[in-house]
Amino acid sequence: MPMSERVMVRQGLFTDGEAPALLGSRCTVCGAHHFPRHDTCPYCSTEDPVPTELSGSGTLWAWTAVTSAPPGYQGEIPYGLGVVELPEGIRVIARLTEGNPSALVSGQAMELRIVPLHTDADGRDVVTFAFAPADAS
Amino acid sequence: MTGVVIAGVGIHPFGRFEGVSTTDMGVQAVRAALREAGVGKGGFQAAFCGTAYGGVATGHKVLSRLGMTGMPIVDVEAGCASGGAALMLAAGAIKAGQYDTVLVFGTEKMPKGIIRSSFFEPWQEEAGLAATPSFFALRAQRVAMTSGVTKDHLAQVVVKNRRHGAENPDAMYQKEISAEEVLASRVICEPLHLFMLCSPNEGAAAVVLTRADRVGGPAVPPIALAGAVLRSHLPGSVLSESTPLSGLTDDSVPAPTTLAARAAFEEAGLGPDDLDVVECQDTDAARELISYEEIGLCVPGGSAELLVSGATALGGRLPVNPSGGLLSKGEPLGASALGQVVELVRQLRGECGPRQVEGARVALSHTVGRGANAGVVILTR
Repeated sequence: MPMSERVMVRQGLFTDGEAPALLGSRCTVCGAHHFPRHDTCPYCSTEDPVPTELSGSGTLWAWTAVTSAPPGYQGEIPYGLGVVELPEGIRVIARLTEGNPSALVSGQAMELRIVPLHTDADGRDVVTFAFAPADAS
Repeated sequence: MTGVVIAGVGIHPFGRFEGVSTTDMGVQAVRAALREAGVGKGGFQAAFCGTAYGGVATGHKVLSRLGMTGMPIVDVEAGCASGGAALMLAAGAIKAGQYDTVLVFGTEKMPKGIIRSSFFEPWQEEAGLAATPSFFALRAQRVAMTSGVTKDHLAQVVVKNRRHGAENPDAMYQKEISAEEVLASRVICEPLHLFMLCSPNEGAAAVVLTRADRVGGPAVPPIALAGAVLRSHLPGSVLSESTPLSGLTDDSVPAPTTLAARAAFEEAGLGPDDLDVVECQDTDAARELISYEEIGLCVPGGSAELLVSGATALGGRLPVNPSGGLLSKGEPLGASALGQVVELVRQLRGECGPRQVEGARVALSHTVGRGANAGVVILTR
């Protein structure tokens, strides 16, 4: 069985593959990281921050689950949504692979995964970034 | 510099009104406010209209119906704070001497359910990152962690505001609700249950502003507009109403509400201790508690204690949302801030009957939402 073709929900947000990463930037003047990439630092307005791959491991800072499909969403419900703190000193909003809030605890280790959202009109798997509990296989 | 006063207010009730257009509601609210202020055709030199979903020339359509055009009419979109933004622009223009009298109104018909916002990119919707209540839920969970807020506290906010709303004929829900009923309603985004979230809905509100030295014996006592401030966010908070995809681990960045409240208190020469009554953003039950802390009604982390003390219920030291808040009235974005101002003007005049805050002299209105936009208005008698 050939694997169906994968297409990113949007180019330029993350890398796919064995060790995926979120594509962020680091400001050369104030040192702050941001995600997604912009051509200006959102904190000190310096132009041309340096593109960088953000750490794929972090800790859980806040989380919930979405129980009914929001506008424009075609994937499964419920699904987890949360905030993960990365070692670069930033917090990122992301889907969580765990859709049961009571299965998660504050500060637990999380790691980046690339997960399927739904199948598009051409039969391709649309994938996006998400965080999973680090101990999950 | 002359002061600015509110010479008249009007409202179209908040709710769902099939067959009634955005224009119809605006006309009703504007007509009532102009009548109360004793202002007719030619009596105001500019108009600002708050609306987010009204579409092109919402304000012009209302004033065309009344045959009152020719002056500048400007639609103002600032999300949940659209009405506050309109009020700030009008007050600033009067203080600068540009106009003597300005009409400010807001009118809105919101779609039902989770609001589809053009704020989000299509990929954010596709990835499930555009679920507005989920951001409210993340904020609720954080205030639970930092301030000891429990689900019971969240239910208590709803019970309080719905009890107030039961006395407000302009509210969408005029029926009390029990904590058990709130907690038995379905979970939308943990920890928020259905009845802890306000309903996007329909309505209109209007206010006539004029120079304090031009008021000539109106039928109603003028209320002073002591401060009207709009602020946006500073970058840094991942849960800011600016709805970013990332933020910093630095928790010291002040919230847009805090920025607006500080500036409004400074403009008015007043502080939180001077307030007698407050209408604040209660899009969800946790948002009211966060607002207590961000406005400065209590110390950081003290919101649950302030609620439990009973201070913010009618009959307490500082009633919050005597109108029933958005949890009772629902939220028509462009009209919600001015709806608060209408309530507070009536409170300061002593016209609120069973929900009257006795002897109220200083009032604060607060709205905050997408943008971020935070509006704070201070009124005095």
